[in-house]
Amino acid sequence: MTFVAKPEVHHPQLPLNEIGLNRRDYEGLVSTLCAGCGHDSVSAALIQACAELAIPPHRFAKLSGIGCSSKTPNYFLGNSHGFNAVHGRMPSVATGANLANRSLYCIGVSGDGDSASIGIGQFAHIVRRRINMLYIVDNNGTYGLTKGQFSATNDKGSTSKRGVPNLYEPIDLVSMALDIGAGFVARSFSGDKGQLVPLIKAGLMHRGFAFIDVISPCVAFNNHNGSTKSYEFTRSHAASVVAADFVSPHEEITADYGPGEREVVEMPDGSRLHLRKLEEDYDPHDRAGALTYLQQAALDGEVVTGLLYVDSDGTDCHEILDTVDTPLSVLGEAELCPGQAALDGINAGFR
Amino acid sequence: MTTYNDFVIRFANVNGSGSASANGMFAKALFRMGVPISTHNIFPSNIEGLPTWFEVRASGRGYHGRRQGVDLMVAMNAETFEEDVAVIVPGGYLLHDNSGGLDPRLDRPDVNHIGVPIAKLVVSEYTDPRQRKLFKNIVYVGALAALLNIDFDVITGMVSTQYRGKDELIGPNIRALEIGRDYARDYLECPLPIQARRSDAVGDRIMIDGNEAGALGAIYAGATICAWYPITPSTSMAEAFEKHAARLRVDKDTGQHKFAVIQAEDEMAAIGIVIGAAWNGARAFTATSGPGLSLMSEFLGLAYFAEIPAVLFDIQRVGPSTGMPTRTQQGDVLAAAYASHGDTRHPLLFPSTPGESFEFAATAFDLADRLQTPIIVLSDLELGMNENLSDPLTWDDERRYDRGKVLSREDLDSIGDFGRYMDVDGDGIGYRTLPGTHPTKGAFFTRGTSRDAYARYTEAAEPYTANMDRLLVKWQTARTLMPAPEIGRRRHRVGIAYYGTTAVPMAEALHDLAQDGVRLDTMRIRAFPFPDAVADFIDAHDFVFVVEQNRDGQMRTLLVNEAGADPAKLVSVLSYGGLSITADTIRERILKHFDENNLARLTEVSGGQARRT
Ligand SMILES: Cc1ncc(C[n+]2csc(CCOP(=O)(O)OP(=O)(O)O)c2C)c(N)n1
Ligand code: SF4
Ligand SMILES: [Mg+2]
Repeated sequence: MTFVAKPEVHHPQLPLNEIGLNRRDYEGLVSTLCAGCGHDSVSAALIQACAELAIPPHRFAKLSGIGCSSKTPNYFLGNSHGFNAVHGRMPSVATGANLANRSLYCIGVSGDGDSASIGIGQFAHIVRRRINMLYIVDNNGTYGLTKGQFSATNDKGSTSKRGVPNLYEPIDLVSMALDIGAGFVARSFSGDKGQLVPLIKAGLMHRGFAFIDVISPCVAFNNHNGSTKSYEFTRSHAASVVAADFVSPHEEITADYGPGEREVVEMPDGSRLHLRKLEEDYDPHDRAGALTYLQQAALDGEVVTGLLYVDSDGTDCHEILDTVDTPLSVLGEAELCPGQAALDGINAGFR
Repeated sequence: MTTYNDFVIRFANVNGSGSASANGMFAKALFRMGVPISTHNIFPSNIEGLPTWFEVRASGRGYHGRRQGVDLMVAMNAETFEEDVAVIVPGGYLLHDNSGGLDPRLDRPDVNHIGVPIAKLVVSEYTDPRQRKLFKNIVYVGALAALLNIDFDVITGMVSTQYRGKDELIGPNIRALEIGRDYARDYLECPLPIQARRSDAVGDRIMIDGNEAGALGAIYAGATICAWYPITPSTSMAEAFEKHAARLRVDKDTGQHKFAVIQAEDEMAAIGIVIGAAWNGARAFTATSGPGLSLMSEFLGLAYFAEIPAVLFDIQRVGPSTGMPTRTQQGDVLAAAYASHGDTRHPLLFPSTPGESFEFAATAFDLADRLQTPIIVLSDLELGMNENLSDPLTWDDERRYDRGKVLSREDLDSIGDFGRYMDVDGDGIGYRTLPGTHPTKGAFFTRGTSRDAYARYTEAAEPYTANMDRLLVKWQTARTLMPAPEIGRRRHRVGIAYYGTTAVPMAEALHDLAQDGVRLDTMRIRAFPFPDAVADFIDAHDFVFVVEQNRDGQMRTLLVNEAGADPAKLVSVLSYGGLSITADTIRERILKHFDENNLARLTEVSGGQARRT
């Protein structure tokens, strides 16, 4: 596919955000994915979320691995740098990028093949290290780009397009992220923008590692009857346990809640997250409880969505490493090079 | 006849017995007396219980390479008695623990046995079994001090500095030294005809290993991020970086760190972190060895194509596969030069000394930024893990980091057209922009696949080949920037080329060969791609020996492939058993070549027929 220039159309009617930009300023190139691919909806949700957060578009760094999903950073935030790395290794590249410049918002987009198969090791370790970023997996249960092989998140018994069942147990990245200590864990559905956009905003504002597993159907290879990652199946089996509404620092609360129905979580930048419990037994601050709940729901064939866990005082890798506030990438000789005088002392120590 | 400052002493110990620090102390004492020494650690891939050897060579003439034959063996490991006694030169010495008499395996009529009842001496002095074990080593150091005439004050002074702060250990250590010394003085013929004596041959030089020097080089070069996965013999480099950074890179006011070290989950992640950090504007590096280099290959291809400045130190060990992890080799030359799939080539640097490890670390970061490509520094276990004499490390305070072609926000405002992969200057190097620089200009999507000069996706043939051809232009630019070979030309008809640690025994080998009537011009290759001087040197000689420590003559292959050298003119001199090559080996192979080919040994060009240079 060759590059297609996007027509420059002026949209005076589009609303401007707090920094005077409209949604188009957060868009990227025209997508080359299949029409109806879930991944495009995730990109659209990212565009909306970033625009609503009013972060200057160039202050993001976009990282991805390889796959249809990993192509999508080209289709949003065209004014920020992106890095389409190698298959399954986006977490390490994101780790380096975040260590180098902590002032940028890091968004990683990966696929279920990319993160749960070839890259599962790197996925596990970026969770442990609490890299400050939003990590999205466009989860379609299949290898889209290599034409429809089962991926590791595909449910046992779910069938391929030709009707062949998957014989192996699935890996649930949400459970894994919870288990290894992610501070923000959510699951959503590309077809539910109302749920996804606030989750993205909250994930971006969370300090530490924020993970969203987005069921994102592949219309080309995994959207048939018998698939458990199709639009149809997800719509009929998704059950949201906690809804999260994101409220930016200056925003008034407009939603109308009944008493006791919501909990306010303060975010590091002054924004707030309003959590509404949709399932009484569910506590989004109880890591172990969340894991048990998810396991039971999986046995019942239910796809649990919403903000599944949030640790409001999250830490990140920079805090763990106690690095300076200034991005390491902007430090120069004056700050980094100890000079000959120090070297004289070092030499003396080797005599 | 007494000889001074010219001997090889080998300590045969059991791994984990605490011998390393005692042996190190012995070596340092000679160094502090101004005696030029080199040390070699020959150790197993094991934590406790297997044989380990430590060799110290004192050489008043300053020969740092390993030498065949041991003058004095300290045989503390019964398991290796047979092989240890066998390597002693005729007339040499064997120091052994004779608490239980002479072990028959140590019997050899042509060596001098020096019995010290080490076990008995420590048993009568110390009650704690741990102390008994540790002080055995100190007792033999004390005995050696008397036997070799080492200044006792130098050694006791070292004990005091080593245990500063743990003062309760100073007394017992000094006591153990005295026990050994007194026994030797009272019961043995002291000193031996091989002796140490104070000298000023060391000058202001320091004793350091290449890994620590390289780590300091990375700090001086402004590296802020180190990502690594433990693998011998590279581990100590990352550890040294962290240790020195914790002192040298701390914000005075806040105590916060101006560096980040990540022990990654594997080598793929380590190089991925480096690439991510370099893409985002920091200087970053990893240290690894052969197996890690193999794992990093896919990423190195990405960095080559995406043009990311990454720095990788490969401290080579014996391969292939996991090989012999604690033995040295130069076996990764080709794997590093051509790491990855597709058409890839990577610049390499070959340090020979700790001082050069320091210097090349700094060079590597400048080259990586200038050339926007991974730079691989090929060191090896021999250089990385053995403390050796080195000129003091120096840094020119006027030196500025070369961050290469990076556009600032102001630059982007003033230029009209930005294409990340356009060759604006004709040197094959485009201009980079870093994430977050400009609100509307200069952003691009980095990828490892098809793209045009504007970093836009395309699978068309023409932009792909144009880009690959531009990378060749960049490669030519690299040739002009790499450190030049060090050439010694006296217009001899035959040359010898070497690199990295094969340079270490070279002065001695050349001296000995000259005695045999073989005189050679020399070329120490310091970098790949080869500057023109490399091919010129080969052209100017009838033939050139290429000395290296691998089976397949990898540098020779590279010279044929990349410097257009005539294979018939390159004669390999190879050593690959895992121990560093010695001057004797080099000399023997070269003489053999001369003899087998009926070449006249005196190869100086006669008077008027000097070759054109
Ligand atoms: C090392 C390596 N192995 C295999 C591939 C081939 N490959 C490309 S994409 C892909 C699977 C992508 O699946 P997923 O991450 O789920 O992304 P999707 O296309 O489904 O969004 C594979 C196996 C590759 N690019 N690199
Ligand atoms: S193959 Fe599947 S995942 Fe890939 S673009 Fe098409 S629908 Fe999307
Ligand atoms: Mg997929």
